[in-house]
Amino acid sequence: MADVIDNTIDMEEDTLKGRFLTFSLGSESYGIEVRYVTEIIGMQAITEIPELPEYVKGIINLRGKIIPVMDVRLRFKKEPKEYNDRTCVIVVDINDISIGLIVDTVSEVITIPEEDIVEPPQMNKGFNNRYIKNIGKVGNDVKLLLDCEKLLTADEIETLSEVI
Amino acid sequence: MSDQFLSGHMLDMFVFETTQLLEQLEACILDAEKDGFYSGNAINEIFRIMHTIKGSSAMMRYDGISSLAHSIEDLFYLLREGSSCDVEYSELSDLVLAGVDFIKAQIESIKSGGAAVGDASKLIADNRAFLARLKGSEPGNREPAKQETDTAEPGPDHAGQEQDLARQDDPSGSKYINSFRAVIRFQEDCEMENLRAFSVIHNLEEVAGGIRHVPEDLMSPDASEVIRRDGFTISFRTDCSYVDIHQLLMQTVFLKELELEQTDESEAAQEAGITKPSAGERTADPGEDRAADYGMQSISRDHTSHQNIISVPVAKLDKLMDLMGEFVIAEAMVIQNPDLDGLELNNFQKAAQRLNKITKEIQDMVMSIRMVPLAATFQKMKRVVRDMCKKLGKEADLVIIGEETEVDKNIIEHISDPLVHLVRNALDHGIESTQERLAAGKDKKGTITLEAKSAGGDVLIIVRDDGRGLDREKILQKAREKGMLYRPESEMTDREVFNLILLPSFSTRDDVTEFSGRGVGMDVVVKNIEAIGGSVILDSTPNAGTTVTLKIPLTLAIIDGMNIKVGKAIFTLPTISIKESFRPQAGEAFTDPEGNEMIMVRGNCYPILRMHQYYNISTDITDFTEGIMIMVEHDEKTLCIFADELLGQQQIVVKSLPEYIRQFRKVKGLAGCTLLGDGNISLILDIGGLIYGKDSK
Repeated sequence: MADVIDNTIDMEEDTLKGRFLTFSLGSESYGIEVRYVTEIIGMQAITEIPELPEYVKGIINLRGKIIPVMDVRLRFKKEPKEYNDRTCVIVVDINDISIGLIVDTVSEVITIPEEDIVEPPQMNKGFNNRYIKNIGKVGNDVKLLLDCEKLLTADEIETLSEVI
Repeated sequence: MSDQFLSGHMLDMFVFETTQLLEQLEACILDAEKDGFYSGNAINEIFRIMHTIKGSSAMMRYDGISSLAHSIEDLFYLLREGSSCDVEYSELSDLVLAGVDFIKAQIESIKSGGAAVGDASKLIADNRAFLARLKGSEPGNREPAKQETDTAEPGPDHAGQEQDLARQDDPSGSKYINSFRAVIRFQEDCEMENLRAFSVIHNLEEVAGGIRHVPEDLMSPDASEVIRRDGFTISFRTDCSYVDIHQLLMQTVFLKELELEQTDESEAAQEAGITKPSAGERTADPGEDRAADYGMQSISRDHTSHQNIISVPVAKLDKLMDLMGEFVIAEAMVIQNPDLDGLELNNFQKAAQRLNKITKEIQDMVMSIRMVPLAATFQKMKRVVRDMCKKLGKEADLVIIGEETEVDKNIIEHISDPLVHLVRNALDHGIESTQERLAAGKDKKGTITLEAKSAGGDVLIIVRDDGRGLDREKILQKAREKGMLYRPESEMTDREVFNLILLPSFSTRDDVTEFSGRGVGMDVVVKNIEAIGGSVILDSTPNAGTTVTLKIPLTLAIIDGMNIKVGKAIFTLPTISIKESFRPQAGEAFTDPEGNEMIMVRGNCYPILRMHQYYNISTDITDFTEGIMIMVEHDEKTLCIFADELLGQQQIVVKSLPEYIRQFRKVKGLAGCTLLGDGNISLILDIGGLIYGKDSK
């Protein structure tokens, strides 16, 4: 019986595997594993919270649940951009933490076969690619596949050093 | 597979059930002890509880608990059977309570995911020793009275004993595999229903055990009347199958109607207990005569614990309340939708009003679901008083008033510890020793009153003792030693002096006792109560006693808040901490050489906190004369908060900030957030945090 349950879980994971939600920031296209994504909502009124890093814009009310939102542009140290109709918030659930990611536009859900996913290039230390786990090839395009967990946690060191 | 079961739902049920049983057991013992002897009912009840615990813990493979319960069960089995006149009751109570404590500790450890590893062998040995002594002291093995004669004997005194006997065929309770309940109705004109019922019992005795029936006293004059009206209800256990029993009962003469149903073990066990008159079934109404049999305690218990109750995880209720909050906001969004502006919509308005009314009702209901009576918490104090009295050699009664007062479930969890502390304090510091009391012309038994009552949106919990009261001089002396006096002694009112006790590290007790006097006393109580938005008031009259009043909000989740605006941001202050708000005149504020701004109000000087500066919010209003000052107080410290404007007061549902936000430890002075009526979020300011944050800046 336990085997059956395991199988179902496996199958469920299989259907999500290799599927990515793609969104764009400026000219680049990014991918995020579908299993993290809870929902996609339009731009909402954001309540700012003082004394937070710039990229954490504040909190929003998602049907009674209060979740933080992060501007991915600012997170990746890109130029800030005015929010417009196409601006979306992707609500993701990473290790039981719900957070909204503000992106320019959401494109589509695509399947990228494993053989089309490659490691990001390893360069010398100055090259900052810690948020990118892999690179996916789709036709002629390149999708930067995000490492969601790092998105939330890799900043600890930064935060600490700011305090000091 | 079985392991899976053990780890999941079964375990929850086990913990839940056992905890409840233990509470019942404790209450039972304490009641019995108060009366000075164990009535037949009490012995039966304890036996039944221990039996259930033994069974379920054995099933869950907690052998320690199981064997301990078994040893206590043995004790009470003997008591049930034999004479109970020459038993050391206080020693017995101690033994059982020690057992209860042990099992409680085990359950705690099981609950927190640990294993039940405690060693019960010493307790078991104690029980065995006591049992051996009991046996030795008993004048031979009494011959159990014949059931027929005993059942036939009228009189209320026999009610308890009768039950003992009814179950005696079935001492372990597990001898028979099936439990049944039958309701028999006789033909209208058969006459002498009681005798017919008696013969049914007689027939059943051949194949079944643990027989119980309603009405219990078949020989009493009105038994026939009851049977005629409500039928004759029997519950019993047997090895026979349903069909066999059905056949047997169908042979009854003058039988008109038979209802036979199989009950499960636990239900049967409950029925075997003292009070439950097979609630809701078409059974005999106990009536006054039965009530008299059972005595007051069991009746009051009947009211509290035998309602139709389901247990629901608190998390689900929390979720329900969240959804409710959302629902209210969504409703407002529909009804006050801007698209409706300027439209004449009569029918819509009517429907909207109706919706509004229903929503309010649902909201009230949701809130009330979370409300729990204080009874259980108060009952626990009985045990505390008993233990303390024994240890300290004092005599005191605990009087409980208003235990039916309801407060939010979360609050109950928070006040339990402070209450224990207060009751201990009252006994240890308040109530004098017997000699002292007699010398002071008081009753030699002290009284501690535990009272709860509602007062508006608050619940007052009052712990009052009739002891020696607080000693102003002693407190002052102590305060002098510790350098805690903040004003000249002569200027302090009694109340101010008494409230010194509430400050950290104050203890008037010279010697440290087991229960109190470690100097971490009242301030912990104050902290706990303040954590849930309450306050502590202390009052005392020398030689007449001390009263501690805990003022706590009805519910944790909803507080009164004042919304203020700074730039585009909206903040909420708990109304409870606001003293006043005013618009300063030009020139009232001044700056000290270090740049700290202050304001003079009625001769007192208060620091000013500019919200826009503190949180770096851009606003046009930076001049004091254009904005508003809100004077807030926390821990006797006062601060003036400068904001743009007041938006108004509302009841708010407190939500905590997302964990992700909280990990940035830099956010100071925020207690949480809340949803405003329009779906926007407002941040709740933590006054304490602001005051101390300002100090450290």
